[in-house]
Amino acid sequence: MTSILDELKKGRWPSFVKELEKTGDERIVKYYEKCLKDKKPYFGHGGIVGVTGYEAGVIGRVAVGEAAKILPEFHLFRILPPAGYFYTTDVLRKICDWVDKWGCKLLNFHGATYNLQAFGIPRDKLDPAFEELAKIGFDLGGSGPDVRTAACCMGPALCEWALIDTLDIYTTLMKEYIFDIHRPRFPYKFKIKISGCPNDCTASGARSDLAVIGIWRDDIKIDEDALKKYKDEELEMVAKRCPSGAITYKNGKFEINNDACTRCMYCINVLHDALKPGDDRGASILIGARARGRYGAFLAWVLVPFMKLEPPYKELKELIDKILDWWDEHGNPKERVGETIYRIGFGKFLKDIGIEPKPQMVYRPRSNPFWKYF
Amino acid sequence: MAMELRDIGPPDYKKFLHPVILKNYGKWVKHENVRPGVIKHISETGDVVFTVRAGIPKFISSDGVRFLCDLADKYCDGYLRFTMRHNIEFIVVKEENVEKLIKELEDAGYPVGGTEHSLKAIINCVGYVHCNMAATDSPSIAKALYEALYDYFKKTDLPERIKIAVSGCLNMCGATNASDIAIIGMHTKPPKVIDEIVHAQCSPIDLVKICPTYAIKPKKVKKNGKMIDSVSIDEEKCMYCGNCYAVCPGLPIHDPENDGVSIWVGGKASMTKQGLMESRLLVPFIPNHPPKWEKIVEIVKKIIDVYIENAMPDERLGEMIERIGWEKFFELVDVPFTYQHIDDFVFAYRDYRKGISFRFTKHVK
Repeated sequence: MTSILDELKKGRWPSFVKELEKTGDERIVKYYEKCLKDKKPYFGHGGIVGVTGYEAGVIGRVAVGEAAKILPEFHLFRILPPAGYFYTTDVLRKICDWVDKWGCKLLNFHGATYNLQAFGIPRDKLDPAFEELAKIGFDLGGSGPDVRTAACCMGPALCEWALIDTLDIYTTLMKEYIFDIHRPRFPYKFKIKISGCPNDCTASGARSDLAVIGIWRDDIKIDEDALKKYKDEELEMVAKRCPSGAITYKNGKFEINNDACTRCMYCINVLHDALKPGDDRGASILIGARARGRYGAFLAWVLVPFMKLEPPYKELKELIDKILDWWDEHGNPKERVGETIYRIGFGKFLKDIGIEPKPQMVYRPRSNPFWKYF
Repeated sequence: MAMELRDIGPPDYKKFLHPVILKNYGKWVKHENVRPGVIKHISETGDVVFTVRAGIPKFISSDGVRFLCDLADKYCDGYLRFTMRHNIEFIVVKEENVEKLIKELEDAGYPVGGTEHSLKAIINCVGYVHCNMAATDSPSIAKALYEALYDYFKKTDLPERIKIAVSGCLNMCGATNASDIAIIGMHTKPPKVIDEIVHAQCSPIDLVKICPTYAIKPKKVKKNGKMIDSVSIDEEKCMYCGNCYAVCPGLPIHDPENDGVSIWVGGKASMTKQGLMESRLLVPFIPNHPPKWEKIVEIVKKIIDVYIENAMPDERLGEMIERIGWEKFFELVDVPFTYQHIDDFVFAYRDYRKGISFRFTKHVK
């Protein structure tokens, strides 16, 4: 019998439909096939599904209509992953055994929320399943209007450009806000992403309410010997294409005007053997990104141009507390923090949380004469 | 119920780091791209670690994970990680294991690649498999694109990296607002109001507040002789975002005939060079056509061909388009420019051309 799914089992890229089949749970395959054929999903609103003591972390799905006979319920656990998404095979096998026992043998590394997702845990087994998961050492992530599971890059574990300890910051913040992760009480979700350098591997500037991005303040370090190994054309191209025009390459001499440099990482990325970020390191904090909302898509903008970040990250936690309190007070339902700020005014927000305005926060000052004094 | 097991937070990452990584934590000084999919990390202590990157399917069975664990036990002392774009990365300390691991991965059908200037793994949301909102099925779109663009994942000769993301609806779980090429599921008709369900399960005031275009108004209707609270939707104002359906089952928006996808280009999420760039509309609507998604594949292939032909070295798609001009890009990709391409929402003014330094294309007759 031919099926609409046959096409998705073919080809060179590993097929997710084959993986769905490998679970041995025909219901999932049949449900997915029906959706694809009818060009619509059959899940309704899951209702309240969760483990005792938490109001988040389990995504409930209950099928409605004709598909309810095929797959009546299909809940998933969002599991807080370890920082940097490093695992041992030992712990992965434990998670596999766990999902085989309680769920439907299906996992997702990782979801768009950067949680480890485990599918198909039935409603009446949520509590015992969670208890056993906790014994393996894992906890649930966020869902709904709460502080969400943060994301961080591999940072100093494997990357020479990590300017802040992203893994430690992730773990510290998740432990600090764990109560708010599991108990939604805010207007909407609040996502934190932590990138070690301006390459921003976590896409924090596009995807998070609070972006913490590693940055340096002093001069780019040049290894002259390593620089000599690059061809003239390469050095010329980098000098020509430096976005801030801070690099000159004349008569075999490669110079960086660090005053003009905007630390965009272009030269460091291309000439990575010779150039290194400076030593006075910290983070820039950006606020407000979201994909879609009342005003369309927002990208994050600068809130704090530079913050030193060293354990126990007191300054960062205080900033997050202030933002959450302000947003809790002023935000409307389903309004992300960026939208609340935009509605009320960025200047007012800065004043309320006690941050002084700085020219680094904008490209250029206002062009209209309509303002209030506050 | 043992409450002491509540709120334990994420596990300690240090337990999961390879001893060589733990020893060299924060001491890396250099990396080399050995071959597509393999990065050599060099520490100031002289230690070396290889990461081997492979593509995995969006959903993976526990047996699939066990197979990957077997490989990691054999070649990586039992250590592995997952990347921000949902690839798997094997941590290899012994250089001679790199080729052996790659061979076993490729034999088992897991492509090794996705580093440097290649097609990165396609980010996609869960689609019909686990979503109640999806206007289109992103896992199958991603699969169709992977088949067509497979070689770009394994080679590194593109001008710069290409990041593709697929989202099933405007919630954009698939990171589509700042991707080189983004496919987004779209509704094209307003939701239908089922008064009884709105009355029984939803709060009209909340619905009024969450509608981005103020299209929802509270109303009272007579049902079975009783006046009940419900809402009305101004079809002129509705932009079909699905925000209301997300909180209220009484406003179903799914419509198999009129749901489909849109294609966006030119976004960039890294802070490098000129900074962040938003994805911009290229094709407003294509009806859903699973499972092969031929039309999407055709347009994406065309975009990549134009990109390879016109981009300078180290230039992302969006940077190239800004340099050659959007009007020129539309001509090169040869898709129609429609009323939908001209913004009329909140930030519309910033995109209108102030000045006459444009290029003439076939659009001007």
